[in-house]
Amino acid sequence: MQAFTVVEGLVAPLDRANVDTDAIIPKQYLKSIKRSGFGPFLFDDWRYLDPGDLDIDPATRRPNPEFLLNQPRYRGASVLLARENFGCGSSREHAVWALSDYGFRAVIAPGFADIFFNNSFKTGFLPIVLKPEQVDTLFREAREEGYRLTVDLPAQTVRTPGGQGFGFDIDPFRKDCLVRGLDEIGLTLQQAGTIRAYETRRRQEAPWLFA
Amino acid sequence: MSTGKTPGRTLYDKLWQSHVVAEMGDGAALLYIDRHLVHEVTSPQAFDGLRLNGRKPWRLAANLAVADHNVPTTDRSQGIADPISRTQVDALDANCAEYGITEFRMSDPRQGIVHVIGPEQGATLPGMTVVCGDSHTSTHGAFGALAFGIGTSEVEHALATQTLVQKKTRSMRVTVRGRVAPGITAKDIVLAVIGRIGTAGGNGSTIEFAGEAIAALSMEGRMTVCNMAIEAGARAGLIAVDQTTIDYVKGRPFAPRGTHWDQAVAWWNTLHSDAGAQFDREVLIEAAEIKPQVTWGTSPEMVVAVDGRVPDPAQEADATRRQGMERALHYMGLSPNTPIQEIRIDKVFIGSCTNSRIEDLRAAAKLVGGKRIAASVKLALVVPGSGLVKQQAEREGLDRVFREAGFEWREPGCSMCLGMNADRLSPGERCASTSNRNFEGRQGQGGRTHLVSPAMAAAAAIAGHFVDIRTS
Ligand code: SF4
Repeated sequence: MQAFTVVEGLVAPLDRANVDTDAIIPKQYLKSIKRSGFGPFLFDDWRYLDPGDLDIDPATRRPNPEFLLNQPRYRGASVLLARENFGCGSSREHAVWALSDYGFRAVIAPGFADIFFNNSFKTGFLPIVLKPEQVDTLFREAREEGYRLTVDLPAQTVRTPGGQGFGFDIDPFRKDCLVRGLDEIGLTLQQAGTIRAYETRRRQEAPWLFA
Repeated sequence: MSTGKTPGRTLYDKLWQSHVVAEMGDGAALLYIDRHLVHEVTSPQAFDGLRLNGRKPWRLAANLAVADHNVPTTDRSQGIADPISRTQVDALDANCAEYGITEFRMSDPRQGIVHVIGPEQGATLPGMTVVCGDSHTSTHGAFGALAFGIGTSEVEHALATQTLVQKKTRSMRVTVRGRVAPGITAKDIVLAVIGRIGTAGGNGSTIEFAGEAIAALSMEGRMTVCNMAIEAGARAGLIAVDQTTIDYVKGRPFAPRGTHWDQAVAWWNTLHSDAGAQFDREVLIEAAEIKPQVTWGTSPEMVVAVDGRVPDPAQEADATRRQGMERALHYMGLSPNTPIQEIRIDKVFIGSCTNSRIEDLRAAAKLVGGKRIAASVKLALVVPGSGLVKQQAEREGLDRVFREAGFEWREPGCSMCLGMNADRLSPGERCASTSNRNFEGRQGQGGRTHLVSPAMAAAAAIAGHFVDIRTS
């Protein structure tokens, strides 16, 4: 997994609540059996004027000039700003892969849907919950062209260009995995003995589960 | 074993505690997974991950696989026409064959939507932890099982270790007090709940549904309710085990037998929240006040009763919400204050893991009985949730009722719930759908979805617009 420590980057403010996973990456792209290459299809329905599919070259499609990410000032953005309940809907990790593949490293919102939030950490992508009024402040400041933020994971702080710092919470295990870029499965397998012990005990209590 | 000796534990506490392999501090734990359901969309990258790291599934028998999202619902004798869909289904077949995981292939009569076949086979049992790379895994909570959707990395983690690192959620209880009026279904109950608490209302929580109206539901109805717990933002939905649950499970192919059965039932009978158990949040809904529900917008919380009207954003004080409503109305092609019953529809979809079980098909068929679908309805689809549901419906003659009315009777799968196969809406088309999501583009780019119960969808197919099934 890609490690995450300090990321300083251009901010793209997506001023919508309840951005669902179908909007982040529409279902036709879920047919890919790969883990990469979803970036060009991020926010596909909003981003292009004509319909797309896995076998249509995005370069041949007409971008919607109204959409945020098609505006030159947001080119190269790596921090996404959004409103409440970001990532609601399906469990597709493809949503996180699409955001990462596009170049986003973090998304800041007042709240996230649970599965999306969980999935994010697995790909070295950081979802940050800030208070609604802090998010409001960032949206206001992001009107200024070239607005950048610094996300400091070790310090658990989002820093504005004006020097303000907003702290955020993250549980220690996830933080450790992200900062060190650890493979969670490898870590769990170090506890193989404990898992087997659980199974032995459980097999006696509830043998039908192992029949 | 946890037999509920500690007073005041919630059902969620009991399920959680009996599956903790190791505490990890800060409310997190390594949780044992009893059942892992696998489908073609979220698993290929997980199997690749296993191969890449030279790992094997930890306990093969804990897994059950089926292809559902990409399968065609028309004639299958020629295989899958769309090469990209075919690749994905082929990948599942190949991965299951390589590792030795039981799979119901497309030609198997037991094939169907993963959340229909798990319970139908008895692969979902009370007291289990059940996971699947699909958000509607919450469905299985209807059995008093801790069931939740996971992403592909967690699919790989569950395959490789039979565990997941999880954080305990908050607990919430939604009590639906009293009895619902005639004609009101599980779908109306759960849509009314989402309308009340909002699509983020359950975020970070496990919702236990309780109350007389819930206890009175069949297992099919309970699955409909828990299925949509995720649309209320919850990590999982739960309903206590009772005789209805046990009767449903008995005799199913994967269910325990003999002495195992008796042992299992003894434990299952403890799977309810103890009197005095404390929840972080309680919501009370009066069953008698629930009317047939119809969504008008692009989020399941945008819902009103069938005798209501499309709301007016001008009445909404909160700016973010107002803009959301305006955008939804624009997308849906609706004007504020339009009576719901004046909304005309182009297509009807009866199916999905929310409403494709035998009881759903019976309820819809009852409304159809002897009538024809409206001339203005371009397509009305009935897609049973599994091959076995289809067979049962055919034994009861439901397929004829639908066909004679002008419905198409299809093969099982997810179908137009999300349109990954050939079944989808065209831009601007409006659909009465028994599925669970009305997001923009969900049923096809530019398509407009109204979520309703099977009876309401059937009635709309006949009338060509929404009708109040209580009065028509
Ligand atoms: S029927 Fe719809 S919601 Fe259910 S698993 Fe299939 S696509 Fe998902």
